[in-house]
Amino acid sequence: MANKAEAHWEKTKSLMFLTLAIWFFFSIFIFMFGSSLNNASFLGYPLAYYMCAQGSLAAFVILIFWSSGKQNSIDEEHGYGEDD
Amino acid sequence: MFKGNFIDNLPKIYGTYTGGFLVFCLLMALLESNGVSAKTIGILFLIFTIAIYALIGVLSRTMQADAYYVAGRQVPTVFNGMATAADWMSGASFVAMAGGIFYGGYTYMAFLVGWTGGYVLVSSLLAPYLRKFGCYTVPDFIGTRYGGKFVRFCAVLVLVLASFTYVTAQINATGTIASRFLGIPFELGVWVGLISILLCSMLGGMRAVTWTQVAQYIVLIIAYLLPIFWLSNKFGFGFFPQFMLGDEVARLGELEKQYGLVKNSAAAVKAAGVPGGLKSLTVSHAGVPEGGMAAWKFISLAICMMVGTASLPHILMRYFTTPSVKSARRSVAWSLFFIFLLYFSAPALATLAKISILDPNLATGIIGKSIADVQAIGWVKEWIAVKQAYIADFNGDGILQLNEWFMRGDVIVLATPEMGGLPYVISGLVAAGGMAAAMSTADGLILAISNALSHDVYYKIIDPKADVAKRLIVARILLVVVGAFGAYIASMRLTSILGSVAWAFDFAMSGLFFPLVLGVWWKRATRQGAIAGMLLGLGAGTAYLIYVAPAFMGNAPWMGIDHLRFGLIGAPICLISMVVVSLMTPAPDAKTQAMVDDVRIPSGKTIL
Repeated sequence: MANKAEAHWEKTKSLMFLTLAIWFFFSIFIFMFGSSLNNASFLGYPLAYYMCAQGSLAAFVILIFWSSGKQNSIDEEHGYGEDD
Repeated sequence: MFKGNFIDNLPKIYGTYTGGFLVFCLLMALLESNGVSAKTIGILFLIFTIAIYALIGVLSRTMQADAYYVAGRQVPTVFNGMATAADWMSGASFVAMAGGIFYGGYTYMAFLVGWTGGYVLVSSLLAPYLRKFGCYTVPDFIGTRYGGKFVRFCAVLVLVLASFTYVTAQINATGTIASRFLGIPFELGVWVGLISILLCSMLGGMRAVTWTQVAQYIVLIIAYLLPIFWLSNKFGFGFFPQFMLGDEVARLGELEKQYGLVKNSAAAVKAAGVPGGLKSLTVSHAGVPEGGMAAWKFISLAICMMVGTASLPHILMRYFTTPSVKSARRSVAWSLFFIFLLYFSAPALATLAKISILDPNLATGIIGKSIADVQAIGWVKEWIAVKQAYIADFNGDGILQLNEWFMRGDVIVLATPEMGGLPYVISGLVAAGGMAAAMSTADGLILAISNALSHDVYYKIIDPKADVAKRLIVARILLVVVGAFGAYIASMRLTSILGSVAWAFDFAMSGLFFPLVLGVWWKRATRQGAIAGMLLGLGAGTAYLIYVAPAFMGNAPWMGIDHLRFGLIGAPICLISMVVVSLMTPAPDAKTQAMVDDVRIPSGKTIL
């Protein structure tokens, strides 16, 4: 029981760190280089403008859907799945 | 309607509601084309939507604690997402965000990143664990995890400070909209707004607020998106404006160069008699300011808003209402999706509004035209009359220059339909949307405050023997008292002393973020640590705010940390003091440690 819970928590923690690393990239890291990023363009928008207008926002939505799905499979794998 | 299989019928019920609302809009359009006055249409829009919310509120009445505090924990994932989105998007998001982008450009858009990125923290650090805990309020978690009445009280203190800062601005917004569209004085409008807000929440608590918030989300998102799509297609900017305004953004860059972004001197603005709060355009739309300090200002604002989001109790408590831990997690994703729909449209709206005013090749353009002509345009005349817009001919050439056009940011959302020449029915719709946004947030905040006072202070600290009926009556009395106090502050026009909405995020971040997160993620965190963290974090943040805010001492900010970012002082002090004091005090007992282990396992019974 204890080992099962520990293994589950280890995996949960790794997923959390991975999620927050991706979050850091899209929320903070890229905006450290805003002015050089803006020289590139995407869909005709300057890139830094595009990222804060919708790119990063969309990345967060996808990231949460992905990580919640991932967490569900971790839960199920360790026998902590819920049915609803 | 609200019996037995209500939950299964939700898609059908809200589908019918959406259809009904669209039919109502068409009916209003029909009335308009038959000569019914604009004023009547605005009144009908507000009265009809508020009546629907009030009806939902009355139908959801309850005398059960579970239903009152957490909507019976049976709100389906997607619907909770919609309710959270309405809870989240305030009158400010709806009315002021596009205006903020209009004037602030890229720099302002740090708010967009901050107000969405925070949900990643909510979903991975907090929401599922708080749901597993099974608490009724956020201080309930703090009080049980760390044990003791004083620690619970500290959490209530942070909650009240953060939420109250936020709620007066919302009541203020409902008052502004009610007074403008119902044609009543602002002071009265505030109380009309408050009564509408209380009708939604008083009888049914969280259950009623949940179902009205879903209804309010539907109204506000239709009201925001419809004018944007309509305008963009009308002027041929692109069928899907959110993705197709690249050319227009580039064109704005050219126009900015052509006109020049001139900053008027404060003295010249004052001499010309420009009303307070109106601004001319001085910041580039898509250009990124050079230099490390500019990047730091962007990032530091985003950090404050993100961490603040993850600590705001009225948002966290929405995830207590889902049926399971899994659905709480999923629900965060849906919340952000519904928020995203509005937030990724705000820059499009700002771009559309800006290009339709600036571009001399468009019929709607006003810059570079003769001032006499511009002053004759209907919407310009109206907004100048109410001191929301102003023209100052600095160089006296009779031609409107970019730096001679002044406007209040909020006008962008409210006036864009008229600027683009859309029928008035759209303006009525936008008013209803703004009202929905302000009401839904106010409801969530007032409920968060009064639930903390009734559940944590009254029931858990003062009278633990009170029965359910008595607790729920106290909860309702507090709801009315908190609301009335907020409305009183708003009606006295004292809101400016509470400063910016951003302060709420900084307060919450300073006092609550680390006690919440470490409560789940660090078993060694102790009661004394949490108390030290909350009090010192909040104290340091508040002291710095007083030191730096222009309304108080107005000292020069340290490292660019101004009054919008004081959480960057409070939160680190909270973390350090919490860790140091925790390590200096004995580890929590075995029972508490076992409780933390249990919180981390999603399946099984809740802890409380």
